[in-house]
Amino acid sequence: MIPDLGKYAGTVLGAYSACLILIGALVVLSVLRSARVRRALARVELETKGRSHGQT
Amino acid sequence: MPPMSLWRYANPVEFMRVSGKVLPTLWILTAVCLVAGLGWGFFGTPDDYKQGSTVKILFIHVPAALMAINAWLMMLVASLIWFIRRHHVSALAARAAAPVGAVMTLVTLVTGALWGQPMWGAWWAWDPRLTSFFILFVFYLGYIALWEAIDEPDKAADLTAIVCLVGSVFALLSRYAVFFWSQGLHQGPSLSLDRQENVDDTFYFPLLLSIAGFVLLFVSLVLLRTRTEIRARRLRALEAIEVRA
Repeated sequence: MIPDLGKYAGTVLGAYSACLILIGALVVLSVLRSARVRRALARVELETKGRSHGQT
Repeated sequence: MPPMSLWRYANPVEFMRVSGKVLPTLWILTAVCLVAGLGWGFFGTPDDYKQGSTVKILFIHVPAALMAINAWLMMLVASLIWFIRRHHVSALAARAAAPVGAVMTLVTLVTGALWGQPMWGAWWAWDPRLTSFFILFVFYLGYIALWEAIDEPDKAADLTAIVCLVGSVFALLSRYAVFFWSQGLHQGPSLSLDRQENVDDTFYFPLLLSIAGFVLLFVSLVLLRTRTEIRARRLRALEAIEVRA
């Protein structure tokens, strides 16, 4: 239940929304990039390992 | 038993091992503190007799402002470690912290503008604290752009560390501008070692909890992003080897 914010409801809700959107976007983008880089590294490490095994 | 040293975390393998262990707990603590602090502040505090319900913006504006400044100071320490000891993890940690600090600065500027309009009658004023915060934001953008613009990692780390040293003046000004110049619109600090100057206890405790949540969020994000930077660096190195082979 949202408290009665009176005539400043738009201001307060706007500030909280802006904060949630900005920080939420930062968290989501950080997690997505982390997953993308981790997958790419795993793939390249696997290829490198496969090649070095093939050479021996 | 060998003596414990902070420098062992400068080893990427050791950093990845320890940060991987502590991150899940940190994320849980972050969520608990943020939900409790912001929930208490938003739902459980009364309106201020002067500012009405806009006082609830305090619980996001003050922690974000604290982290905007402290993120830069963390980057300064990491940059100095890079300069002196050439530990790559410290340079990558500074790089990882910059977008987090930039977002915290942007949250401070946006929530400050929204709060300032009904209280001061203006979204923006060239007040010392507001202006130094805006310059700090520009420094964050410049710092991030410089990292992206330079291909050679050590050179990028050197040049961004210099930007960080220069920008520290504005990070400190953002913190102390209200003491240097008294003619600004911005009020004095909300938190002080002098209990008389602090906000009322009704707001003080949820504010402390929100600050703890923002600090934990910053640490969690910086650890996550530093881990990503370490992996990205290894990925670039392996790809470079492949190209040469």
